[in-house]
Amino acid sequence: MIYILDLLLLLILPITALAAVRTKDLLAAALIYSIYSFAMAIVYTQLNAPDVALTEAAVGAGVTTILFIIAICNTERMEE
Amino acid sequence: MSEGPITKDVLVKTVTKILIPPIQLFGLYVIMHGHISPGGGFQGGVIIASSFILYALVFGYREGAHRAKLKIRQFLEPLGPIIFGTIGLICILFSGNFLQYSAIPILANAEIAATAISLVEIGIGITVTAVIFSIFMAMGGRKTDG
Repeated sequence: MIYILDLLLLLILPITALAAVRTKDLLAAALIYSIYSFAMAIVYTQLNAPDVALTEAAVGAGVTTILFIIAICNTERMEE
Repeated sequence: MSEGPITKDVLVKTVTKILIPPIQLFGLYVIMHGHISPGGGFQGGVIIASSFILYALVFGYREGAHRAKLKIRQFLEPLGPIIFGTIGLICILFSGNFLQYSAIPILANAEIAATAISLVEIGIGITVTAVIFSIFMAMGGRKTDG
């Protein structure tokens, strides 16, 4: 039963990764990358690495997204 | 001077004020239980720093720099490596290896040795909190003093 969840998470990863690369809106890309990080954190917990998962959730989804958004605030929102 | 995005929304301000103490408590829990449960100095430090970042985002960079002043952060940033190195070197003084807690006579008991690990974790947590918040302030509030 848990394999269905794993399969779903592993499907989410490439979709969000491709969407983050392909979108022209950089704010949307930063938020999609945050979703990618959360999915990756759950994948790490499924792989019995809760320490890495906690780091990924705190740094990858939390702090990095904020730093990306500040960088967008200081520059342009749309990709040329 | 860059004020940053100060919100006038009462809801956001109230929720932030309610939310910050539990976030910091959870960060302290993650640091102090680093030796038994997942987590440790780095993860807990990032969680505590994110509560400061939340405060600075909602109430403005100037207020955030006022709450965690640049001078205090510059003092706290090298404090973690100093604590880490001191505990490690104390073990060498008692003719053990670097960070070999069992060499210290008081810490021969394994349960008490865990406190020394917690001291190292606290040092790492202090440094990570100060550094992450400093990175945020350097990027966001770059026109202010800190």
